[in-house]
Amino acid sequence: MSATIDQLVNREYQYGFSTDIESETLPPGLSEDTVRFISAKKQEPEWLLEWRLKAYRRWLTMTEPHWPNLTYEPIDYQASSYYSAPKSVNPLGSLDEVDPKLLETYAKLGISLNEQKRLNGVAVDAVFDSVSVGTTFRAELAKEGIIFCSFGEAVREHGDLVRQYLGSVVPYSDNFFAALNSAVFSDGSFCYIPKGVRCPMELSTYFRINQSTTGQFERTLIVADEGSYVSYLEGCTAPKRDTNQLHAAVVEIIALDSATVKYSTVQNWYSGDEEGVGGIYNFVTKRGKAMANAKISWTQVETGSAITWKYPSVILQGDNSVGEFYSVAVASKMQQADTGTKMIHIGRNTKSNIVSKGISAMKGQNSYRGKVLILPKAEGARNYTQCDSMLVGNACGAHTFPYIEVQNNSAILEHEASTSKIGEDQIFYLKQRGLDAEQAVSMIVSGFCKEVFKELPMEFALEAQQLLGITLEGSVG
Amino acid sequence: MLEIRDLHAAVDGTPILKGISLTVNAGEVHAVMGPNGSGKSTLAQVLAGHPAYEITSGDILYQGENLAEMDAEVRAQQGVFLAFQYPVEIPGVSNAYFLRAAYNAKRKAQGLDEVDPMEFLDFVEAQLTLVDMDPAMLHRSVNAGFSGGEKKRNEILQMAVLTPTLAILDETDSGLDIDALRIVANGVNVLKRPDNAAIVVTHYQRLLNYIVPDFVHVLAGGRIVKSGGKELALELEARGYDWLLEAVA
Repeated sequence: MSATIDQLVNREYQYGFSTDIESETLPPGLSEDTVRFISAKKQEPEWLLEWRLKAYRRWLTMTEPHWPNLTYEPIDYQASSYYSAPKSVNPLGSLDEVDPKLLETYAKLGISLNEQKRLNGVAVDAVFDSVSVGTTFRAELAKEGIIFCSFGEAVREHGDLVRQYLGSVVPYSDNFFAALNSAVFSDGSFCYIPKGVRCPMELSTYFRINQSTTGQFERTLIVADEGSYVSYLEGCTAPKRDTNQLHAAVVEIIALDSATVKYSTVQNWYSGDEEGVGGIYNFVTKRGKAMANAKISWTQVETGSAITWKYPSVILQGDNSVGEFYSVAVASKMQQADTGTKMIHIGRNTKSNIVSKGISAMKGQNSYRGKVLILPKAEGARNYTQCDSMLVGNACGAHTFPYIEVQNNSAILEHEASTSKIGEDQIFYLKQRGLDAEQAVSMIVSGFCKEVFKELPMEFALEAQQLLGITLEGSVG
Repeated sequence: MLEIRDLHAAVDGTPILKGISLTVNAGEVHAVMGPNGSGKSTLAQVLAGHPAYEITSGDILYQGENLAEMDAEVRAQQGVFLAFQYPVEIPGVSNAYFLRAAYNAKRKAQGLDEVDPMEFLDFVEAQLTLVDMDPAMLHRSVNAGFSGGEKKRNEILQMAVLTPTLAILDETDSGLDIDALRIVANGVNVLKRPDNAAIVVTHYQRLLNYIVPDFVHVLAGGRIVKSGGKELALELEARGYDWLLEAVA
């Protein structure tokens, strides 16, 4: 059996290739000039430059958080480059003008930017290093009044909307990484769904880091106007490199009265090798604000990155609003994940639901960190938390840090937690029924993650299931 | 069909089987009996290919091939089936999905097309009556929250679906009440054919009232100390194991 395992462990990261394309890359280093350069490069208005500078100055006064259950060498923020864009990308150009090399890269990743070839009706905004290279199905979406474009373009074309909502959920002063992002964010996606509109297709952003010393700092802003609905997908990959790369993104969601936003992520950044060399440092702030009767649902499948620091949260501002968090986090090889959610109940009769599945394999360390905060006015608030850990092998770890703070006596909270281990006996049982080790592990893990997978859009669910299979195959011994 | 020659096996370096020889032909039912710790379950696990058991010497020929060289899943695909003493729970995976995956794994190994879920559901529902099982059980997670009897019936259902050439039942009677015992035994009897064989491992004679063996072997201290016909089981029931153990000592 162990021969099979070794063979499977050494399976290559499928998206580890890099694209040889001429890029304009800022030399490593961060100063006010860097911030000004990025802003100028993107032809931004004065207000945004001012906002970035305020963020930068605030960031200088902040210190990197060290409360997570993560261990890593100190990050040299001056060693990273803060802007890199393929020379061939014209920020104002259309999809027809996209460099074939980039189209090829995305095709290799399984993302077609050719609208005619897209059968499954998913609109994609493709972000390559610091810029968006193109957004599909824009014309079709525009018929419904939906705005879906790169962040840079949104600033130019829909400046008022951006200005109104940017930083309204995650202020630039929120935390160290959010401040850094606010200062140097390059591109990302913007989406606005008008009142009462149900977005007819899935919207998605696909993030690709290509350059070797570049950090990626993208920013996504989703505004769902009253009574609207949108399902949003995010995918990420990066080439295999033996240095650590920084990724510090911010996602803000605003769900106005009675709107519903579903945000799904399959994060597959390069995780580093078995010795812990290389891989992405993923420090992400994701937060949504739900107004009356609105619902925000986060679903994440985290399989990549050397380090994951991520707590998609919901501020349940309006009465009867609902927040959901469904998560599968895998830490294999030498990966470390410290991830969870925050549910902040402000309005009356607000509800939140948390389902977290952590899988630890090889020497991976997986921590769930979650906070449920019930504020004094949140009469009748409810929370249900389920937090399950699965261990594969003897060298990994699972940790749980739930924080609960209740300031209103009418609240009802439930918390369930479990830890299980994939045993040789489970694998043997399935093998005795004719399934090979790969199928066996994949079946056990899929079963464990079922409650989360069923929240993902169909094609994403399949992808996630396969991805988990690949990430974990062979880690059983 | 199966020829075991002077088989020695160990777990964690401790020898358990110390020279087992046994021949099973098609159409036969063999009962393997013996006191606790005699090596009965080890024999079953070794035949199925559990990785914790190491064959230290001897041969196992199955249909003329060296069974010890096959991975557990290959043995299964070739028709070796073990009904577990303690069936394992797999939360979140529906019984129907699991059964179909197993069924298709075997079909694939035989070069046959895999069956789709609808087709399979018709097929498997027809098998349910054999073990008197509610169709709702197909949509529950594999063995999760099943009672002891339900788990054992689920094992026999898997046997019915996979139609093994060599079925090994490891203390399938343990923890069963008399009704469940009857259902399980009936399943085994119905599945008996001239071209397949069964090894029934049991501590007690009572299962053999329902599954009538052609041969009975008594295992003690990792060896077969006595073999005989079905009447040997009755003798054991009446006299216990001690007289045999004393004779060996």
